[in-house]
Amino acid sequence: MDIKLREVEYRYAAGTPFERLAITDVSFHIPSGEYVAIIGHTGSGKSTVLQHLNVLLKPLKGEIEIGRRTIVAGRKEKNLKDVRRRVGIVFQFPEHQLFEETVEKDICFGPFNFGVPMEQAKKRAREAVQLVGLPESVLERSPFELSGGQMRRVAIAGVLAMKPDVLVLDEPTAGLDPRGRHDMMEMFSSLQKKNGLTCVLVTHSMEDAARYADRIVMMHKGRVYKTGTPHDIFRDRDSLTAIGLDVPETVRFQRLMEAQLGRPLSRLCLTPEELAEELSRMRRESL
Amino acid sequence: MMEKIILGRYLPADSVIHRMDPRAKLMFIFGFVLIVFLANNVATYALLGAFTLFVVFLSKVKPQFLIAGLKPVIILILFTFFLHVFFTKEGELLAEIGFFTIYKGGVIKGIFISLRFFLLILVTSLLTLTTPPISVTDGIEALFGPLKKIKVPVHELALMMSISLRFIPTLLDETDKIMKAQMARGADFASGPILERVKAVIPLLIPLFVSAFKRAEELAVAMEARGYKGGEGRTKYRILAWKSRDTVSLVLLAVLAAALLVLRS
Amino acid sequence: MGDSIISIERVSFQYPDQSDFALKDVSLHVQRGEWLAIVGHNGSGKSTLAKMLNGLHYPQAGHVTIGGLELCEENVWTIRVKLGMVFQNPDNQFVGTTVQDDVAFGLENSGVEQTVMKERVLTSLEKVGMASFLNQEPHHLSGGQKQRVAIASVIALQPDIILLDEATSMLDPLGRDEVMETIRELKEREGLTVISITHDLEEAAKADRVIVLNKGSVYTEGTPQAIFQMDQELLQLGLGVPFTVKMSHLLAEAGLQLSKRHFNEEELVKELWTLNFEK
Repeated sequence: MDIKLREVEYRYAAGTPFERLAITDVSFHIPSGEYVAIIGHTGSGKSTVLQHLNVLLKPLKGEIEIGRRTIVAGRKEKNLKDVRRRVGIVFQFPEHQLFEETVEKDICFGPFNFGVPMEQAKKRAREAVQLVGLPESVLERSPFELSGGQMRRVAIAGVLAMKPDVLVLDEPTAGLDPRGRHDMMEMFSSLQKKNGLTCVLVTHSMEDAARYADRIVMMHKGRVYKTGTPHDIFRDRDSLTAIGLDVPETVRFQRLMEAQLGRPLSRLCLTPEELAEELSRMRRESL
Repeated sequence: MMEKIILGRYLPADSVIHRMDPRAKLMFIFGFVLIVFLANNVATYALLGAFTLFVVFLSKVKPQFLIAGLKPVIILILFTFFLHVFFTKEGELLAEIGFFTIYKGGVIKGIFISLRFFLLILVTSLLTLTTPPISVTDGIEALFGPLKKIKVPVHELALMMSISLRFIPTLLDETDKIMKAQMARGADFASGPILERVKAVIPLLIPLFVSAFKRAEELAVAMEARGYKGGEGRTKYRILAWKSRDTVSLVLLAVLAAALLVLRS
Repeated sequence: MGDSIISIERVSFQYPDQSDFALKDVSLHVQRGEWLAIVGHNGSGKSTLAKMLNGLHYPQAGHVTIGGLELCEENVWTIRVKLGMVFQNPDNQFVGTTVQDDVAFGLENSGVEQTVMKERVLTSLEKVGMASFLNQEPHHLSGGQKQRVAIASVIALQPDIILLDEATSMLDPLGRDEVMETIRELKEREGLTVISITHDLEEAAKADRVIVLNKGSVYTEGTPQAIFQMDQELLQLGLGVPFTVKMSHLLAEAGLQLSKRHFNEEELVKELWTLNFEK
């Protein structure tokens, strides 16, 4: 399912003396099945954009096309359930939303709200815990006796059980340890590849954006600063540093290496694995 | 949705009213609440109104903030007004609309009572608009200090108040976040029959409680780590200073009370 | 041991409802003026250790001595003045309604006189670069700023040791840098002893010494350079390795000549060049 934003604007506390512009003139396209990363600093408007993708916030100007539905500023929008089901959002620290007595009931909350019958919802809950790498036995337990990392997986399973077409992730690995972080990012990537999910990742990690994204949207001060493929974005270090971001460590290392070698490598490497391979190839050629 | 609440917010600025000692402000308001009831005719209400406008002027608070803050109570004021208009049967008969009768006395009384109400709310919201909540707490703690002698835990209550004040914005933020997370999972807080709506609040309330308890626990640990072991032996960072302007404000209030006593019928 | 400011001797601790020991026969020493990083993944015992150093748990076996004082209920309040703690969640340790009230909170608790308090609040906020935020309320601050205020609150009490209990794990990259830079400056200027409990390997790399905890015991200890030589072992413990170490490993695997796992980026580049590309 494609999502297109056209000149979207949003203000918090609109019409009060505390009004504050959050985003303006935001236009970009999330093509079906792609992995899109949104990068930018805290306060750049990333989170506001994200909440428009399933119409938790309605634009004050512009419009958003979500599949066949178009949300236009200033128009009363009724029955947003279908949009909400098709675009699942995993918020930051999603374990804070758990509330049911058992993991199973909590995961079924979403499907129930969207009218999925009991038996089917339970079946989905079983599938969802498997997808997030938890044993089925966890279904009967209280979510509050699980470890932090497990709670987060349960919360993500709760969104996956809605069977969304688009999965929106707001800093999904914040606060996890290195292994947890790696496993979770790999999980989303395989969901996107195997299940054909469209993924939107809001992140501070240039490394994750470089490794996983097909397309990157850079946000700055409530506007879209630049969009492009990871190669386009990370080739141009100046435009990143101009808004206080930087290239991934791999790219920085490649530039150092190029300075030492006195010539550029044949391509821009986005992951350490790629760079190691490229340098090894160069060495073989030079022998 | 939470950011629209204006009533009770503090607006930092620099004015005589902002600089007043919170104890003086609290005493002033207490006194004002009492003497408002002295007004009972056009002259006294005019004097009271003029005095209030003067205070608003001194506070340098923009009228739009006061009006925005008053919005939620306007319905209440209108309700009192119509209650008196329709149910007071004094003076000459002005109109008769079906079942209802309107008397002149009722209209006058309605105006007076809602004006009284209006002035009270205006002055109290001026307190919260010009005084940081922490100063209000300090003022209350100082004024109620003597109660410590009869074993009222004044310090603990004041600390509780200031911590609650500090966490209100944090919890409002959190409510907003959890609400959105559940809405993203298809929860509907806004429509349906009343029983459904009450049930819909559970997915919001439980996470809020869980997080509030977690916060309380962590906060208690952090306070202990910074050496908090009760009110005993503690010093105070904020020291209230009673200035001549504070005395003047209370004298002015006394003069107003005297004038009202003279002018009332 | 030379000049150790904290010594932990054969300490064990077990939570009432659990079968495994959270800490098992742990011995370690912290030298005055050093920056010690304690790393380990979740469940390694590092947060139990942090709580113990602040007297929230007492050892069930063994002894903990902090600044010459044995950790026990009698000494705990004195120890809490010597050892200040910065916790993980920036919001849940902000007690005051404004920045200055928060810094003053600890001073009020120790009965410091008001005029002295005023001065100390200001100087500690200056030291963390937050002096212009005196009257700011916490919900208007970023996570990094709140943590800097927490640091100011700690140093206002003039402790010898500052303990960071995953103090940067909830921050964005800018906030993280901001806090680490503040700590580094403070350590240099004030001669503080810093203990950072973390799972962020980049943070650990800045320390003088690293202790790795695993399953409640000290797994190994050494300089960051030495610790990060054992990259695959660290990964198996659920920890990560800094970028250059990871890069060295991948390069070696891809058949390039390297003498060791490098820790310094420039050294790695130089060696890659001399051993592989220089003709």
